[in-house]
Amino acid sequence: MWTWFYKLASPPYVYGAAAALAPWFLGAAALALGYGLIAGLAIAPPDYQQGEAFRMIYVHVPGALLSMTVYAVMAVASAVALIWRIKVGFAVAAAAAPIGASFTVLALVTGSLWGRPMWGTYWAWDPRLTSELILLFLYVGVMSLRSAFEDPARGDRAAALLATVGVINLPIIHFSVVWWNSLHQGATIVKLGAPSMDASMLWPLLSMWLGFMLFFAAVLCIRVQGEVLNRERQSTWVRMAVKS
Amino acid sequence: MMSSSFWSMGGYARYVWPCFAFAGAVLAWNLWSARRHHAAARVRAARMLEMAAGDDS
Repeated sequence: MWTWFYKLASPPYVYGAAAALAPWFLGAAALALGYGLIAGLAIAPPDYQQGEAFRMIYVHVPGALLSMTVYAVMAVASAVALIWRIKVGFAVAAAAAPIGASFTVLALVTGSLWGRPMWGTYWAWDPRLTSELILLFLYVGVMSLRSAFEDPARGDRAAALLATVGVINLPIIHFSVVWWNSLHQGATIVKLGAPSMDASMLWPLLSMWLGFMLFFAAVLCIRVQGEVLNRERQSTWVRMAVKS
Repeated sequence: MMSSSFWSMGGYARYVWPCFAFAGAVLAWNLWSARRHHAAARVRAARMLEMAAGDDS
């Protein structure tokens, strides 16, 4: 088991594995997103209160869940890199940051579009919305800090430290609707007990969620290859990888 | 052909469709920028190897 863990610390192994896995993740994501879109837009019945407007859930919720999942991946990779001095961890963290930031923007924009017809406003300084906005600032901060240092190794360490400390925002986002009065509805899927949705609406949502996760895995694999190459330019294995 | 009631989304079309269009744009940007990032890294690595080969000769 530990052999597998040690292999993950090897840049050429990670580069090769990422190259092999990316197309499979992308193909599986296309299938899951295709089913989720068709079922979510055309087959699932309208909501009894929100009517057809509820269909925004099929991109808003997966986007919001991914914004937090990607941050967790980035924080774990950063912690692994800091604690065990595994350089690949810095590469994974650097690759995850722009993807996570884009999903956070997606969650904020789609939430805003959903908020207008349901709450009567595009934006409110609500605990859920504000903590999600702070998540975006954290992503931007991590990326800015990494590029602010002339020495890339110091930039990696500083960004990893901020990413690790910033993980405290994840439970704040998740429980914000419980801890404070919020316009935002409570948890629908990620909660104790059964999801509070009918199966005809839930399956397309789970499929979209899976599709977003697989898509993230695919783009992370592609970005990790670039990050590993940038960090290993001087290594002999890069010669073979670049020529192939 | 899809019915007009599908496209009108019960009167919420101006919120629902931009929502899905923006999601599509975010996914497309992610794929494009990841591929561009990897391609740029390959070019940089190849250039460094060429420079190193030039110094050796």
